[in-house]
Amino acid sequence: MPAVVYVLKDGSERRVDVPEGTSVMLGAIQNNVPGIEAECGGCCSCATCHVYVEPAFADKVPPPDLSESDLLSGVAAERKPNSRLSCQISMTAALDGLTVRIPDKQSL
Amino acid sequence: MSAGLVIVGGSYAAMQIAASAREAGYAEPIRLVSEEPVLPYQRPPLSKGYLTGKFTPAALPLRAEAFYRDNRIETLLGQRAESLDLAARRVSLAGGGSLAFDRLALATGTRPRPLPLPGADLDGVLFLRSLADADRLRERLGGAGSIVVIGGGFIGLELASVAAAMGKPVVIVEAQERLLARGVSPQIAAFLADVHRSRGVALRLRSTVRDIRGANGRVQSVVCGDGETLAADLVLIAIGVVPNTELAGRAGLACQDGLVVDRFARTTDPLVVAAGDCTRHPSAFAGQLLRLESVQNAIDQAKTAGATLAGQEKPYESVPWFWSDQYELKLQMVGLVQGSDRHAVRGSLEQRRFSIFYFRSGRLVAIDSVNRAADHMLGRKLLALGRSPTPQQAADESFDLQTLVAA
Repeated sequence: MPAVVYVLKDGSERRVDVPEGTSVMLGAIQNNVPGIEAECGGCCSCATCHVYVEPAFADKVPPPDLSESDLLSGVAAERKPNSRLSCQISMTAALDGLTVRIPDKQSL
Repeated sequence: MSAGLVIVGGSYAAMQIAASAREAGYAEPIRLVSEEPVLPYQRPPLSKGYLTGKFTPAALPLRAEAFYRDNRIETLLGQRAESLDLAARRVSLAGGGSLAFDRLALATGTRPRPLPLPGADLDGVLFLRSLADADRLRERLGGAGSIVVIGGGFIGLELASVAAAMGKPVVIVEAQERLLARGVSPQIAAFLADVHRSRGVALRLRSTVRDIRGANGRVQSVVCGDGETLAADLVLIAIGVVPNTELAGRAGLACQDGLVVDRFARTTDPLVVAAGDCTRHPSAFAGQLLRLESVQNAIDQAKTAGATLAGQEKPYESVPWFWSDQYELKLQMVGLVQGSDRHAVRGSLEQRRFSIFYFRSGRLVAIDSVNRAADHMLGRKLLALGRSPTPQQAADESFDLQTLVAA
């Protein structure tokens, strides 16, 4: 099973196995990784599951669609080129080791 | 040892009160008492993806079991709080026994408004609020031949869009002259009515229901006020909700279509806070008392309640926002459209990608966005900051609204 490495607000890391087809957001919720709120439950409506994808994985993660890109314009923390909504990243074997950094805040 | 906090409720607000109380430093025991047999879970998917199987049961819990364990939140599931004794600081449970508390949080939510008509208890006549309701609905949906939805609100429309996408004949019966009369503007309601009609959903507006008929205990038809009979082997009653305030009311807490709280989520008893759909609260944004039914309200108000429990003051001042997914449309609403006197459209209704900006006395009060999430997110910021484009700027796509936030 592929793993996701979540870098928490305090800089510590949590490595969690996330089944293929499960989102990076759900992997965090199900494993009690703090800092990803996911108020809308993953339907791409709220922008409270914002993460920064580590540059090493930038090319491996499919790019955001229009609706995600629209929502990213309104994230509470700084939007960076590697900003993503973790509910829209579905785990695959190729993403094993995917490292995402959790921003300092998810809501305004 | 202190008796700590007892939270009555088992949904977004209950979970978030516990989480925010802990985050704010509340160190005493926390017990969460929920009538439902499962940990707090997502409700919005129940009228959408959960019915189609796109949203799996495993994705429903708001937080994993480890969250409650790690935060020392004891969950008492499948247990109904029967009465409160505020003087003795005890909650009595339906199965017998009681819980002592120092602080109490009520997040009792709402229940579907019943339809007191003959036949409403027939097999095949359903409501939708809980996971158990959704499981019943999902079980029936696949084999349903014809569906009547009573009520043209969000739940009814979302179910209609799921059923229509499955190829089922659906009729929506709505008493008002338009859909979503309570929740959205006439412009959005008309747009959604067109979308539903284009998908084959029949809308019967200004239409009441006289009774529901069946045979051998099974529903067969819905008889409208004008006498017309609509065949139905599945009927969803979705005519709004009633706040669960009986527990609080019987204990002497002030209630008026909602449990009355102040901007710190305190009820009329200083030891008791409340949050979520069940409360009537002073809205800083609207300048009046409101009862809101939304995830945003439940979560944000619960954050305030949690802070209050920990002795901090974090007034509830959020701008209300809502969402609904129907067919391929992502509808996002921010602010409150009631009382607006002017609107401006940004984008294209034909292309089903637009936002309607609403103004009152020249000031922005709400934005409804269809497949334009960026406008919605920006609207949240503008309304929180109290900034407003002019109607002309809102309608002009070459005007960059971001400049108003940065200004």
